[in-house]
Amino acid sequence: MSVLDFDYMLGLVPILLSYLPLTLAMAAAGMVLALVLACGLAVIRVLGIPGLNGATLLFISFFRGTPLLVQLFLFYYGLPQVLAFLTQIDGITATIMGLTLHFAAYMAESIRAAIVGVDRSQTEAALSIGMTNGQLMRRIVLPQATRVAVPTLMNYFIDMIKATSLAFTLGVTELMGATQKEAAGSFLYFEAFITVAVIYWGIVELLAWCQRRLEWRLNEAYRR
Amino acid sequence: MIKVANLVKRFGDTTVLDGIDLEIEQGEIIVVIGPSGTGKSTLLRCLNFLERPDAGRLTLGDLDVDVTRATKADILAARRRTAFVFQNYALFANKTALENIAEGLIVVNRWPKAKAHARAREILERIGLADKADAYPASLSGGQQQRVGIGRAMAAQAEVILFDEPTSSLDPEWVEEVLALMKRLAAERQTMLVVTHEMGFARDVADRVVFMEGGRIVEQGPPSQLFNAPRDPRTRDFLRKVLAAQPAVST
Ligand SMILES: Nc1ncnc2c1ncn2[C@@H]1O[C@H](COP(=O)(O)OP(=O)(O)OP(=O)(O)O)[C@@H](O)[C@H]1O
Ligand SMILES: [Mg+2]
Repeated sequence: MSVLDFDYMLGLVPILLSYLPLTLAMAAAGMVLALVLACGLAVIRVLGIPGLNGATLLFISFFRGTPLLVQLFLFYYGLPQVLAFLTQIDGITATIMGLTLHFAAYMAESIRAAIVGVDRSQTEAALSIGMTNGQLMRRIVLPQATRVAVPTLMNYFIDMIKATSLAFTLGVTELMGATQKEAAGSFLYFEAFITVAVIYWGIVELLAWCQRRLEWRLNEAYRR
Repeated sequence: MIKVANLVKRFGDTTVLDGIDLEIEQGEIIVVIGPSGTGKSTLLRCLNFLERPDAGRLTLGDLDVDVTRATKADILAARRRTAFVFQNYALFANKTALENIAEGLIVVNRWPKAKAHARAREILERIGLADKADAYPASLSGGQQQRVGIGRAMAAQAEVILFDEPTSSLDPEWVEEVLALMKRLAAERQTMLVVTHEMGFARDVADRVVFMEGGRIVEQGPPSQLFNAPRDPRTRDFLRKVLAAQPAVST
């Protein structure tokens, strides 16, 4: 019975870490774009804009109702067949696109719930002193909705980092793709995948720690 | 001067305000009493367009509008000339006591922050909460929160402060401090329109008491007349019931 090859694992760490920036960059780009899109969708839902509201519901339903992997294949392999200008779509772009749309669908609902959850009487108080709807949103509603939404949004970001590993199915050599290649060369599959698992785990734990710090700061106004 | 003429408000098929006429002189303290569901809150809410009235004319100082034709600018103008104190305080949960009071000055009146904070500190001093400037609403007692709510209304320097049952959500131990603050404002001749079930306050502080029922003003007059010699049987009936529940003011 063989024991774990620790030397191999230690040697693998710096190699794999050199692919971490790509993984994080895809997640960060996906997160920023998803946030922007989700805010837009949430506002459409909150205001119940006719027509757009229905389209938004359909969008959310589709992107929550189908697997991310299916969506990625659809963008990478499928879209170029129907949209000529997309023949050049590369795996990284397709991944960011998929992550954006998929996670925006989830985040839109969290953001909507957070906005709707702000106590209605504060809205009336703000209006009663003569604030406009924009001022009310910027100064009273959104800061409080943010506090409610941030923990959930951080969870989605953590999910998104893990989901970037699917990019390797589109031929992108990111953290997971690199591990796959290394393992195929060394045949030390167990060592390679346990190493990459620990790297993902470490990143997630680091983010979870940041999340707790952030929540603590955001809750400042609500501690008794 | 504030003048409401033939104010009508309907919710669907029910007419909640059925032609209200009311004039308030500068510095006058008016208390509105009446049974539950009679439209007292709705009247206050119509005065600063938290509800949109269906008919009537509203005069607030130099603003004079037909409520059905009120533009966005008219509505903002009406809101700047009135201030509202809510039953449940409705403080901004993400802002400190100081910021709650300064918020309108900064955002609506566009004062520089430093000037607004200086004014807010003066007001905190007057409402006896100077030491709570940096406290968030969640850490304040109900009475303290409502005093900040009143402070926020004071900052607006409105023609009139509208109070909708300002002590009804308070634990009994906090009612006195809020009423005391309102009495001080009354003594300074701050124009006030107060909906309350505190008959003692009405008797001691009001210049005029208005009795509403079924969306109409049934009777109004100085507290001595309205409490001691009500003319309308509905007023008598209402007073008999509430004074039985609050014997302290029945003399
Ligand atoms: N937004 C609304 N939609 C429909 N009906 C409403 C609305 N607001 C108030 N009403 C109804 O209008 C009537 C008057 O309500 P209002 O709150 O003005 O009464 P009130 O005199 O303040 O009563 P209370 O002493 O219980 O506070 C009630 O019958 C109430 O149910
Ligand atoms: Mg009421």
